[in-house]
Amino acid sequence: MKLLKTNKFAIASALAAVAFGVSSASGADQLTVVSWGGAYTKSQVEAYHKPYTKQFGTKILSENYSGGLAEIKAQVEAKSVKWDLVDLEMSDAIRGCDEGLLETVDISILPKGDNGVAAKDDFIDGAITDCAIANIVWSTIYAYDKSKFSGKKPQTMADFFDTKKFPGKRGMRKTPKANLEFALTADGVPARDVYKLLATKEGVNRAFKKLDTIKSSVIWWEAGAQPPQLLADGEVAMTTAYNGRIFNAIAVEKKPFEIVWDGQVFDMDLWAIPKGAKNKAEAMKFLAFSTDTKRLAGQAAWISYGPARKSSIPLIGKHAEAGIEMGPHMPTAANNFKNVVQNDFEFWADRQDELNERFNAWLAK
Amino acid sequence: MDMAPKTLETSRSEILSTVDGQPLKKALARTERTKRFKAILLVAPLLTFITVTFLYPICLMLFRSVENPLVAENMPQTLEVLQKWDGKSLPSELAFAAAAKDLAAARKSKMIGRLATRLNFETSGLRSVITGTARKVKKMEAPFKEAMIQARSQWGDVATWSTIKRLGPTIIDVNYLAAVDRGYNVKGEIELRDEDRRIYVSLFGRTLLMSLIVTVASLFLGFPIAYLLASLPLKYSNLLMILVLLPFWTSLLVRTTSWIVLLQTQGVLNDVMVWLGLFEDEQRVQLIFNAQGTVIAMTQILLPFMVLPLYSVMKTIHPSYMRAAESLGAHRYTAYWRIYVPNTLPGIGAGSLLVFILAIGYYITPALVGGQDGQMISNLIAFHMQKSLNWGLAAALGGILLGGVVILYWLYNSLVGVERLKLG
Repeated sequence: MKLLKTNKFAIASALAAVAFGVSSASGADQLTVVSWGGAYTKSQVEAYHKPYTKQFGTKILSENYSGGLAEIKAQVEAKSVKWDLVDLEMSDAIRGCDEGLLETVDISILPKGDNGVAAKDDFIDGAITDCAIANIVWSTIYAYDKSKFSGKKPQTMADFFDTKKFPGKRGMRKTPKANLEFALTADGVPARDVYKLLATKEGVNRAFKKLDTIKSSVIWWEAGAQPPQLLADGEVAMTTAYNGRIFNAIAVEKKPFEIVWDGQVFDMDLWAIPKGAKNKAEAMKFLAFSTDTKRLAGQAAWISYGPARKSSIPLIGKHAEAGIEMGPHMPTAANNFKNVVQNDFEFWADRQDELNERFNAWLAK
Repeated sequence: MDMAPKTLETSRSEILSTVDGQPLKKALARTERTKRFKAILLVAPLLTFITVTFLYPICLMLFRSVENPLVAENMPQTLEVLQKWDGKSLPSELAFAAAAKDLAAARKSKMIGRLATRLNFETSGLRSVITGTARKVKKMEAPFKEAMIQARSQWGDVATWSTIKRLGPTIIDVNYLAAVDRGYNVKGEIELRDEDRRIYVSLFGRTLLMSLIVTVASLFLGFPIAYLLASLPLKYSNLLMILVLLPFWTSLLVRTTSWIVLLQTQGVLNDVMVWLGLFEDEQRVQLIFNAQGTVIAMTQILLPFMVLPLYSVMKTIHPSYMRAAESLGAHRYTAYWRIYVPNTLPGIGAGSLLVFILAIGYYITPALVGGQDGQMISNLIAFHMQKSLNWGLAAALGGILLGGVVILYWLYNSLVGVERLKLG
C-alpha cells in the first residue's frame, strides 16, 4: 500500500514536471534574466523584475554569472539558448555584438524620458549601442576598513599602492582591466593620458612596475561579492571593488568601510539579448520596461549605481531600506567625480588578449 | 604417393559430430559466435555512451586546436593575391583592393567581428583595424593602398599582412606554438615570445612539479594508513575505513572551502597559533591562496585514491610471507623492506598513477585556493574557455595535457607493466 502511494506520488510529480516543462517552453510567460548576483541582482529584482511581473504576469527567473561571454557563446553555438537577457560589461557587449552573439536592439522600442526627451538624447553618451542598452553606470574604486587605520586615512590612488604608509594586505580583481589604470593613476599619470600611455609598451611596463611594488601583498578576487567579504574578514586592509557592493556593506550591513573615489574607473553595464533567445520579443519588452526613467531611478534606491538616463537623476531618492540619501553616493556625484578614468572599451577589446596573457605571466612569476 | 588419400580418409572418419549430425567444430563456432554477439550487445550501450560522451568530444577538441576556417572563408581574394607576395615589402595595390572587397563582404555577412577576433589573438590590436576599416570601406575609392593606410596606419605594416597570410590555411599550428610560448615573427620564422608574455611552458612545469609533490606526499601519508587498515582486526579496520571514506564522499567544494576556513590568515590555525603565543598577531602566516595551500588541499582531497588501492593490495599479501622470512633469519625490518614492501608495489604504482593523473588535470581546488602562484595549467585552459574565448588555444593546451598523460601511461607501461597495476 505504501509502495503504491509512493509510486503515485512519483508519477504525479513526474507529470507535473512534464507539464511545467512544456508550459515554460511554449511561450513568454517566463523570462530568464542573468546578472551578477548579490546586492546588484537584488536591486534589479526589486526595481525591475517585481514591477514587471506585477504588471504583465510574466514570471522572471533570475540567474547569476560572473561576467564574460563564454556561456553566451556556448549557448549560441550549440543553438540552445537558455538565457533571454544578460547584464553585460561594455567591452563584452561590444565584442559580443561584433561576433554576432547578440541580437540587435531597435532603439525605437525605448520609451521617451519622463520629461519628454527622446530616448537617444535622454541616455548618457555611449549608453545606447547596436546590441545593448545601458542601465547603470558604475565604477571600480578602492575601499578600506576605517578601524584598521587609526591615524592618517588613505585618500588618493597613490595611497593604495603605498604599503609603507598604509600597511596591510590589498585586494584586487584578478584581471588587468582597471588595475593597469589604477597603477598609472597612482604613478602620477593624469586621467586623460592613461589610455594613451597604456597603448605604448613603455606605458604597460610602467603600470606593471607599479603593480610589482605591491604584488606580494595582494589577494586576488574574482567575483564582485568577494571584496566586501575580504574586508569584513580582515583578510585585507583595503581592496578594489565595485562601488555599489561597498555601499551596500556600509549602508545595509553597517560595516566601517570607506570608499576612496580618487582615480575611479568608470564603466557601464548593459542589457543584451543572446542571439536566438527563446523569448526574444518578451525580452525586448522587458528591456524597454526596465530602462525607462522610473525604473532606472528605482534601481538607484537599492544600490549606489547611477542610472543611465539623465531624466532619472532628479528622481533619485533615499535608499529603500537604510533611508540614506543616495545622491552623494553615486559615482557621478560632483564630489566623487573629480579624478576619473572612463573605461575605454575599444582599447580593452583590442588589447585584452595580449594584456591578459602578460598579466597571467606576471601573476605566475 | 598413395599415402595422401589415406590420411585424408582417416581424418574424415575422425571428425566429431553432434547428435544431429553437424560437425562439432562448426556447432561450437556458432555458439561461440552467438555468445560473442550477446557480449557485444551487452557492452553496446556503454560503448556508445563512451563514444558519444568521451571519444567524440575529445576528437572535436583536438580538431578545434588546429582548425582555422575564418580567415580562409572571409578573405579568399586577399589570400589569393598574397600567395605571390614575397613577405618583405608591402604588398601591391592588388592586395589592398582585394582586402577592401573582402572586408566589405565580411561586414555584410556579419562575420567581420569573428574574423577580427581571430586575427587579434595572433597580433594584438588588429581587431579595431579590421572592424574600423570595414566600417569605412564602402566609401573608399582606388587607390585603395592610400585609402586603407589612411583609415588605419597598421595597413602600412608588413606585420599586418604577414599575419593575414599566416592565418590563411584552414589547418594551422599556431595554437600549439602559442601553447609552448612560441610564435612566428614577421619573417615567418618560429621564435620564442617576449619574455614578459611567456607563461605556458613554466606553467606546465609547475603543474608537473606540484602533481609530483602531491603524489609523493599522499604516498607517504597513505602508506601507513593503508598498512594500519590492512593489519588491524576487521572490527577496528572497518571503523577506520569509514574515516577514510567519509571525506571521500564529501563534496570537493566543501572540503576545499573547509581548508580556506582552517588556513586563511584570520583562520582557525593562525588563531590557535596566536593564542598559544607562538607568534604575534601581526606575524600571521599566509598558508593559503598560494602554491603550498594548493598542495595541502589537493593532497588531502586525493589521499583516498592512494589509500584504497594500497589497502586492497596489502590485504592480499599473506602474513605467512613475513613469517617465512623471519623464520629464515631475517630481521623484522629486513623482512618488511625486502618482502612486504616489494609486494605492495602494484598498489603503489596504481595509487601513484591515479593520484598523479588526477592531479595534473585538477581545476577547482587550485582555482579556489591557488592565489597567484598556485595556479595550474587547467586554470589557464578554463581562462581561455571562459574569459578570452580563445577556444583554439584552450584546445591546444588540453591536447598537450592529454598527450602528456598518454606518454606517462606509456612510460609506466614499459617500465612497470600495466598488468602489474592493481586496484584491488
